Amino acid sequence: MKTTIGEKCFVAVNTLFMLLLCFVTLYPFIYVFFASLSNPAALASHRGLLLLPLDLNMNAYKAVFDNPMITTGYRNTIFYVVCGTAINLLLTALGAYVLSRRNLYFKNMLMLLIVITMFFGGGLIPTYLLINKLGMLNSVWALLIPGAISTFNMIIMRTGFQAVPISLEESARMDGANDLVILFRIIIPLSMPVIAVMILWYAVGHWNSYFSALIYLRDRELFPLQLVLREILITNSTDSMMTDAGAQDRIAIAETIKYATIIVSTLPILLLYPFLQKYFVKGVLIGAIKE
Amino acid sequence: MLICEAGDSLSRFFHTTRKVGKRMAASPRAPHAPQPDSPAKQRKLERRSLIKKDLKRNKFIYLLALPIIAYYGIFHYGPMYGLLMAFKDFSIADGIWGSRWIGFDHFENFFNSYYFGRLIRNTILINIYELLFAFPAPILLALLLNEIRGRIFKRTVQTISYLPHFISIVVVVGMMFDFLARDGLINQLLGFFGIDSIPFMSEPGWFRTLFVGSGIWQGLGWGSIIYLAAIATIDPTLYEAAKMDGAGRFKQVLHITIPGIMPTIVIMFILNMGSMMSVGSEKVLLMYSPLTYETADVISTFVYRRGVLDSDYGFTTAVGLFNSIVSFILLVASNTISKRVSEHKLW
Repeated sequence: MKTTIGEKCFVAVNTLFMLLLCFVTLYPFIYVFFASLSNPAALASHRGLLLLPLDLNMNAYKAVFDNPMITTGYRNTIFYVVCGTAINLLLTALGAYVLSRRNLYFKNMLMLLIVITMFFGGGLIPTYLLINKLGMLNSVWALLIPGAISTFNMIIMRTGFQAVPISLEESARMDGANDLVILFRIIIPLSMPVIAVMILWYAVGHWNSYFSALIYLRDRELFPLQLVLREILITNSTDSMMTDAGAQDRIAIAETIKYATIIVSTLPILLLYPFLQKYFVKGVLIGAIKE
Repeated sequence: MLICEAGDSLSRFFHTTRKVGKRMAASPRAPHAPQPDSPAKQRKLERRSLIKKDLKRNKFIYLLALPIIAYYGIFHYGPMYGLLMAFKDFSIADGIWGSRWIGFDHFENFFNSYYFGRLIRNTILINIYELLFAFPAPILLALLLNEIRGRIFKRTVQTISYLPHFISIVVVVGMMFDFLARDGLINQLLGFFGIDSIPFMSEPGWFRTLFVGSGIWQGLGWGSIIYLAAIATIDPTLYEAAKMDGAGRFKQVLHITIPGIMPTIVIMFILNMGSMMSVGSEKVLLMYSPLTYETADVISTFVYRRGVLDSDYGFTTAVGLFNSIVSFILLVASNTISKRVSEHKLW
């Protein structure tokens, strides 16, 4: 079919728009990366876009890794990601299994009570007081338990579990398998794509979350990386990292330290992202399929 | 959409209970029963034996469900019980039940307070801007991406556009503070065009634009996935037929693609209405400062400051409850309207 001039114009404009979109999305990260590797003084006097690091310099990274707040934060975050995701998976899989059972008299009622919580809840203050009353305030449990199940994810997982052929389950039951065996030996191994998506979603969620830590934690030793980042990037406290710099250099190096912190905290996701991307997308699509 | 499934389960629940009731009412009584019970009593007995059988057969599954029930009971329904605080002069020492009832005093205080107008205005305006700009943006991107013929180019653009979704909100706002600072990158670039530096982050007039704009930057690509999936399910023969009839690309988009994804758009719109009153407090909390409270302070951040920081628990619970109720009403209303107008619905 012949293409008209109008169509050609459209294709050109569309392509240009997509290129612009890619640039706008990627360039902030590129700028931050180059700036983090630049000489603080050179960066301070530079105007406009960066196309390469100015006067390559790794001091900012040294300052970041020498900072006990960041290293503790990193360790804490890894702990929250690993333990939190494990708890999430266990409980979500359990709930999804129960909800995927056929002929359960109370299933519809259970489902209703769970779905209601997606649209209505107690809100911030009652939840906060509850956590307080349970004695979880200022403890790691406050970050692990209250968000243990995401209802949304549980329903997605249930949909995944329902796709496992019932005949497999029945023959296992003939052989005397109980529900736990069926869940862990048959349903979960056969639903690996959904499980992978859940691991990724929960893990990224834990890695990026700061709000529950902000309200529930007081002890700085327990702070996750994001809360430390908040102090460095937004409430501007890089002072503790520059004990041996003059006042003039302080302001300049504070900038590069910020950039280096962004890179250090985002690097794991940036590096894994290209490989995991297809799983993330798959997850959205599983969620989009109507029963 | 997943949520529709959740909605389905709501309607299915009501539907089946009704059906069960009808069936049981209609069931003929055993003719040789010595003393025929009243229908109601018999229904009750029937149901009880059904439950007993079910509990026996599925006892292990109910055992597995216990942690789940406990979790939802404690961490979801527990806070709902805490909502009683909204009607009480709450003090920690007396507990929720022991505190004195004060009726709607907290609500009255809130409606008459200086902050009420400002909070409602800010909350609603941010949402209206999001509805106008952030809601259609991913739809537009999906339509444009769909027109790209080069598969590798399309995949690359998609991969890149999803990326910001996975960056933490702290980093995104941190970068905004940096790039939008008085001597930041954006002001440097504006300087090349002779524009004076603008104090973006401390200027109340810029807050909504920056909030919605950065939201689009972060969520544009990710939001388009669902629409791209909807486009992929459109029957290709429709396009063939349209081409036969001489429809150009634009006409095809207008008459096939857009109607094809309309159900998805409507569902997403209803969900959006449901979250109308809940602006992402996590992001506002990072972005705002006392300088920008005038346009930036929303209900949820107000609740955080007055509740968590100033320990004014009863009052802020009332404010939060007011917020949830309005959200819930908006969700139900938009669903009802959409059901009337377009037959697309959440439940």
